Amino acid sequence: MNTFKIGGVHPEPNKLTADRKIETLALPKQAVFPLSQHIGAPAVPCVQKGDMVRVGTRIAEPGGFMSASIHSSVSGKVAKIDSVIDASGVRKPAIFIDVEGDEWEPSIDRSDKLILQSTKTREEIIECIKNAGIVGMGGACFPTHVKLCPPKECTIDTLIINAVECEPYLTADHRLMLEHPDEIIIGVKIILKVLGIDRAVIGVEANKPDAISLLQSKTSMVSGIEVMPLQMKYPQGGEKQLIEAVTGRQVPPPPALPANVGCVVQNVGTVFAIYEAVMKNKPLFERIVTVTGKGLKNPCNLKVRMGTPVSQLIEYAGGMPEDTGKLISGGPMMGRPLLDDTAPVVKGTSVLLMIPEADAIRREERNCIRCAKCVQACPMGLEPYLLATASESADWECAEENWIMSCIECGCCQSTCPSRRPLLDWVRLAKNRVGGIIRARNAKK
Amino acid sequence: MAQKLHITTSPHVHCGDTIERNMRTVIWALVPAFIASVIVFGAGAVIVTATSVASCLFFEWFITRFLLKRPSTLGDGSAIITGILLAFNLPSNIPLYMIVMGALVAIGIGKMAFGGLGNNPFNPALVGRVFLLISFPARMTSWPVPHQMMAYSDAVTGATPLNLIGQIAGGNTAAVDQLPGLKDLFLGNIGGCLGEVSAVALLIGLVILLWRKVITWHIPVTILVTVAVLTGIMWLINPVLYVNPLYHLCAGGLMLGAIFMATDYVTSPMTAQGMVWYGIGIGFLTVIIRYFGSYPEGMSFAILIMNAVVPLINNWCKPKRFGEAVK
Amino acid sequence: MSFILTAVLVLGLTGLVLGLVLYAVSRKFKVEEDPRVGQIAELLPGANCGGCGFPGCAAFAEACVKSESMDGLKCSVCKSEVMQQIAAITGHAVEVGVEKVAVVRCAGSCANRPATRVYDGAKSCAAAALMNGGATGCFFGCLGCGDCVKACKFDAIRMDAETGLPVVDQDKCTACGACAKACPRNIIELRNKNKLDRRVYVSCVNKDKGPVAKKACAVACIGCGKCVKACPFEAITLENNLAYIDFEKCRLCRKCVDECPQHTILAVNFPPKKVVPPAEPKEQEPAQAPAEQPKQAEQAVNVEQPVKEEQK
Repeated sequence: MNTFKIGGVHPEPNKLTADRKIETLALPKQAVFPLSQHIGAPAVPCVQKGDMVRVGTRIAEPGGFMSASIHSSVSGKVAKIDSVIDASGVRKPAIFIDVEGDEWEPSIDRSDKLILQSTKTREEIIECIKNAGIVGMGGACFPTHVKLCPPKECTIDTLIINAVECEPYLTADHRLMLEHPDEIIIGVKIILKVLGIDRAVIGVEANKPDAISLLQSKTSMVSGIEVMPLQMKYPQGGEKQLIEAVTGRQVPPPPALPANVGCVVQNVGTVFAIYEAVMKNKPLFERIVTVTGKGLKNPCNLKVRMGTPVSQLIEYAGGMPEDTGKLISGGPMMGRPLLDDTAPVVKGTSVLLMIPEADAIRREERNCIRCAKCVQACPMGLEPYLLATASESADWECAEENWIMSCIECGCCQSTCPSRRPLLDWVRLAKNRVGGIIRARNAKK
Repeated sequence: MAQKLHITTSPHVHCGDTIERNMRTVIWALVPAFIASVIVFGAGAVIVTATSVASCLFFEWFITRFLLKRPSTLGDGSAIITGILLAFNLPSNIPLYMIVMGALVAIGIGKMAFGGLGNNPFNPALVGRVFLLISFPARMTSWPVPHQMMAYSDAVTGATPLNLIGQIAGGNTAAVDQLPGLKDLFLGNIGGCLGEVSAVALLIGLVILLWRKVITWHIPVTILVTVAVLTGIMWLINPVLYVNPLYHLCAGGLMLGAIFMATDYVTSPMTAQGMVWYGIGIGFLTVIIRYFGSYPEGMSFAILIMNAVVPLINNWCKPKRFGEAVK
Repeated sequence: MSFILTAVLVLGLTGLVLGLVLYAVSRKFKVEEDPRVGQIAELLPGANCGGCGFPGCAAFAEACVKSESMDGLKCSVCKSEVMQQIAAITGHAVEVGVEKVAVVRCAGSCANRPATRVYDGAKSCAAAALMNGGATGCFFGCLGCGDCVKACKFDAIRMDAETGLPVVDQDKCTACGACAKACPRNIIELRNKNKLDRRVYVSCVNKDKGPVAKKACAVACIGCGKCVKACPFEAITLENNLAYIDFEKCRLCRKCVDECPQHTILAVNFPPKKVVPPAEPKEQEPAQAPAEQPKQAEQAVNVEQPVKEEQK
């Protein structure tokens, strides 16, 4: 079975919600929309306090080329434009909407009918995706309309759909594949049309045999779309690792992109959103969120309107367990800790994970015993012990020489260190500083 | 919320590994060799091992608490391992005071003088052993013959297989008759240092270490293959003077060194490529010293010399970076 | 006896020959250096702290000799007499600068600013500041991991275990600026030391709106502006819900200290205010410090800062 060659770890999968069908969560009383839910410039509000909006109304326009619009997921009145603490851990500006009823924009097709073909041209599809505010739903939130227009120098030959979901606990993409396989396949065809190519590979980790066989039976009649089971290993779902497993090609270090090796990668949730945008005229305002954790009474997969406060999802799942030590937006390896449960669900929220205090606490840090387990674990071929030591002594030159900008912050190194050293904390600091040095150097040129 | 949330960043889970778990596994992997040493050397084995472990523990505790004024590090298990490995490198009739001195040098100079676990460039057990070898060459190079169960300092000594191999290479080809059979070498019915005699017990230890993922195969396999190839070449050139490579693999401290001493985390290279070069260097130096040096056993020196080269190896042998080939 | 003589002669001759060789080499390969560089380097502290902007004291000495004037060349570690001596050697005039000291503008101790969350990651303020707002309600305050302490080469700043805040020893502080650079939240500022080491400053850098700041910390600046109105010298400005006292304009009158409802403004190294009965004429505060006046920064701060916990 294909996989990436260097490094990787095998955390406990803990897919507690793999068999839970997706349930729809009730509307919130107030929906909060941070303006910065994507990579790039924050969106700019196009509504003011007191405006009435419907479900699907655009409430913020893109703030630049690398940006995305934001649509209301509820109908009601704009209460205020204030700030909220989201998963980034700092206060960000956001639009607050008091919910009244559930009135949708009339242009949205709410029927369940599967629409197989679209008469839109390539340019119209891209415009539609842009207007729908679609960004990468795997967590990175890269504006999709930008990703689907790769630089002209790059010749794309393969579309890779990331249905790997390698992080423990996550099952949102798994359930999406089981419950909406047809929409996903149509979405893939749309993207193939946009890119002008005829080969797509859906990469799925081997721990989802039901999804693999279902998709394989659906794609058996479709030419150009292949389902590839991949070996269970973290971080198989990392963009670069996925490209290597599927095509054997390695993406060169930054600033190179996957497009440089002829590949475009899209998360399967994004593909579903593209189907809804292009075929149903539905902008991106709801998504599947897995609410999970050991000790949770009712772990589940929920279809949630964006802007719903996280507390509502936790309440539906049975309430936060007494011994919760960490509330994480994202998986246990790369997720961001939430400061409290008032944060809203945003485009990148794929899972809410509650970890007990006993597991959340960081054990005491000891000396590096030079066991080299971090070097063996790193999927990018780096030496985390060396990078962390360089960062502690502020030796940015040494960090840059040792390829620190290639780090994908997957967390494999820190999760294997027997001395419990906070390797990734230090590496992140060094990446920040070295990135600044490189930007300053490039600006001078 | 019942308690405060942690806001420390990812990763939020850990595989559960600790320094102690790794050290415990190494101790378990050394148990077969210890059992073999007791079967072969009797009371002497128990006395030497117990003294060595107790001395190492005492010196580490004393130095850490009273000289460095830090909390005790005995709990991490590395002092016990140094004690066991130092004992395994000594003959079973060595006087107690020498063991204590060796332990003091091993822990005090080999480890604590550099700052404790993680900071030493040389394998501490080997530092202690080489100190004893140079200070007391006579006592350190006389080995009791096997199966004197109750003997300790009064044990009868005799030539070990490695002594005989050296004599044969030196021209005394009649010594071939005294050489024990390969079966005895493999099981351990031979003279030598405590832990090095039983190849089978050491190999069981290797399997334990590999299975529990404490070490990787690179260092032990590279060392053994290098020695096998080099001694094999010499055997092919002159089978009368130079014995079969299988004898070399089972005789002397090669197995013990390759599996337990050279693979010490702190003093070995950090990358797979580096480990291979390290293993080749150790194997090469061992064969050179065994055949062309005046000591019968070259393993300790070979490992210490390569320990000194490890920082260079770490600098030169970087792992294969993702995307390097395309760059 | 003869072998002793031989040994002495041989070694003596060898020593002599080698000495001559060394002398010849030192003459032939001598680097011409302006002797003033060495003279100046002698006067400098030799700590190589980098506060002057040059990589080390030797480089600063060279720059002094090479440059046309002493503008922009200042060693903040040296006392002004030493700078005068250096100026005399170079032959240029030097401006007598005002002595500065590092001031930690945060009073968010564990008591004033309770932790509502737990941070147990790498012990580095720079790393912690990157991750999120922090373990308290104030996203601007001191993180307490001690990057400033690590940066100081003069042992002039230490972490107080009880308050969780750094404390500057004003006698050891040389105002080199290393701690200010190390702080990722720009909490530490180099402010004028003034006569008798007195200074008045706003012990807060929180830019959140008043209610948010007050909820997070008992002594946060809420941006009410009362101090701005009270200052007779227009030394205080209010921007982004935060007051700031310009140390060049401040005359240490301490009217703002009384006005501040949050007790955020601190006056350091002043004698305790006498309670004056209304009938009697007001006594002029003595300009010279009496011998018993506490000099240490810590003690003065404790006296002047009526921490909320003391007020029942």
